[in-house]
Amino acid sequence: MLNDFVNQFWPATIDGLAFGSIYALIALGYTMVYGVLRLINFAHSEVFMIGTFGAMFVPFVLGINSALTGLALVGVIIAMILAGMLASAGTAIALERIAYRPLRKRGASRLAALISAIGASIFLQELFALLVIPEVFNRPQQGRIQMGLPRLMERTELFSIFGHSVRVDQVLVIVAAIGMMIALDALVNRTKIGRGIRATAQNPEAAVLMGVDINRIVRMTFFIGGGMAGVAGALYLISYENTNYYIGFLFGIKAFTAAVLGGIGNLRGALVGGVVLGLVENYGAIFFGSDWKHVISFTILVLVLMFRPTGILGESLQQARA
Amino acid sequence: MALTLGLAACGDGGTEAKPADGGSSAAASDTVKIGFMGDLTGPNAGIVIPPRNGAKLVIDEYNKTNPAVKVELVEYDSQGDPSKAVALAQQAIKTDKVASMIGPAFSGESAQVGPVLEEAEIPSITASATNTKLAENGWKFWHRILPNDSVQGPGIADFIAGAAAAKNVFVIDDKSEYGKPLADAVRAQLATKGAKVTDDSLDPAESDFSSVVNKVAAAKPDAIFFGGYYAAAGNLLKQLRDKGVKDAKFFSGDGSLDRGLIDGAGAPNAEGALVGCPCYIATPDVTDAKVKGFADAYKAAFSADPSIYAAEGYDAATVFIEAIKAGNTTPDKINTFIGTVDLAGVSKQVKFGPNGEVEAKDIYMYQVKDGAITLLGKAAEAKLG
Repeated sequence: MLNDFVNQFWPATIDGLAFGSIYALIALGYTMVYGVLRLINFAHSEVFMIGTFGAMFVPFVLGINSALTGLALVGVIIAMILAGMLASAGTAIALERIAYRPLRKRGASRLAALISAIGASIFLQELFALLVIPEVFNRPQQGRIQMGLPRLMERTELFSIFGHSVRVDQVLVIVAAIGMMIALDALVNRTKIGRGIRATAQNPEAAVLMGVDINRIVRMTFFIGGGMAGVAGALYLISYENTNYYIGFLFGIKAFTAAVLGGIGNLRGALVGGVVLGLVENYGAIFFGSDWKHVISFTILVLVLMFRPTGILGESLQQARA
Repeated sequence: MALTLGLAACGDGGTEAKPADGGSSAAASDTVKIGFMGDLTGPNAGIVIPPRNGAKLVIDEYNKTNPAVKVELVEYDSQGDPSKAVALAQQAIKTDKVASMIGPAFSGESAQVGPVLEEAEIPSITASATNTKLAENGWKFWHRILPNDSVQGPGIADFIAGAAAAKNVFVIDDKSEYGKPLADAVRAQLATKGAKVTDDSLDPAESDFSSVVNKVAAAKPDAIFFGGYYAAAGNLLKQLRDKGVKDAKFFSGDGSLDRGLIDGAGAPNAEGALVGCPCYIATPDVTDAKVKGFADAYKAAFSADPSIYAAEGYDAATVFIEAIKAGNTTPDKINTFIGTVDLAGVSKQVKFGPNGEVEAKDIYMYQVKDGAITLLGKAAEAKLG
């Protein structure tokens, strides 16, 4: 047992970090919307799903079916990330406009918004299974079948840690995720929009009195959270090379868990929660077998919340210093 | 693999809505409905559409002869979901009044639908559900036209330990009603052969199997067996090869016998993968006249070579058509006919035992070569090239 752990520690760590980074990027969307609106956007899982298809659209349109190298590869990856962001951010804004704002304007309860989110989530899944995948991606009758991405990037070993190779795609995911986190942190803490977001999170009424356009801030929040899910979608697609219409389901649950684990409403908490969850899943599987993976992650969640009810970092967006 | 074919031909029903219950209204029938239930648009539809096509081929051929009693194939798309399958079975029995059923295709849904069809006394033949326990319910109207997992698992395990000479085998299952018992049968048989067996399970709803892959990499096996469906098998195989597990031979069962395995893993990764199946797939170079005739007709009708379970679907439908030709149009009479049938099918000699299991017990091995699935031969005789 211990021997297994020693043998598998490094590969499990690398995989855990890479997958945890994807959880973290998705968790940001949950945490930001919660911070500003006190609302769990359960349709965020579909925002991620649409991000994977947005990214898929680029190689699909270009008709790429073999591995690329050099500048062409970099260009396609950047285009995929941008397309994923665009698709996801657009979806998130549309969700806010159609599924949440009308409810918010009429002062509906949070429960109503939750049901609206679940409805939107099912609607988007079926829209993709029945219409978008068969029509746009030209896969008639195959809307519910996994769609593969041709290998774009060869799985070359970049370097190795104690004899365990680290591949270029894993490094790409981790580096890109950390880059996005730093950019987002700077955006929220150093820009005018960021100040508006923090102000709205702390006290919406006071923020209005101070001249903050709340609707604009809410829109920006959904836009940024969606964009991060889009990056996650593109990175996931590039490294795992497949997606389907219900892929958001499990990712949504895990990312939401990561957000709560790290401290919901806290941006850095989402990063910590995502990475911790990714690592714990992989380490736990070594000891108890992969079928216990989900059990282990949720047991850890319960344990953390028992001792730290506000999550690992606890501090939420509205309490963040200016 | 768990595909059940249920043929429900509802005896009466005449042309349209004649309120006949159960189908005892005898001579009036000029159309008999046969149901086909399975995952026709869901994630594993690739292994259900071929048997549907096979069945359709028989029925279209039969209807072309302008018989006194026509047959209509009614499709029930369960998407492999047991709860949907039960609702559809009720619909088939009560609204459509099918006389028999081909399917359900998978074992999970078969376990749920079996009692419903049994109670309504609708005979069914599955062309793909291979879970062993299905035959242990004492169902009188249920039949299976291919050997079950207790035959398939040991057959594949013997091949792994024998022809492939593997001593250290890593066995993975997907925890499903199909994958787990199949993998367990492989594990048990391998243990009797003295091979070292390591195991793990995965959740097919996930897409990252890295924890399983890391275990495999650490165990350094010379063969890997996966009990599960092709969607997960393709992703697993890709992640194994990407992780540098390159020399271990990859084996799977009938649930993975689909092009989707190659598409999911990528052709270079899938090359050499071995898949066992209690099914017989006619490959283009087949010489047997009967099988060739079937393969040519299938290709002409669906512009594709027959793939997994196509022959079994064809044979299941043939049994029902033979029953109807012999003047049996009610579920009850069809069921009696099935008990006595002994005909040369495309896939095997079709003869059912009292528990509904077909008597022929051959397992076939297939291998991915140059990006295509090719037949190696019967598992007991096949050699690795």
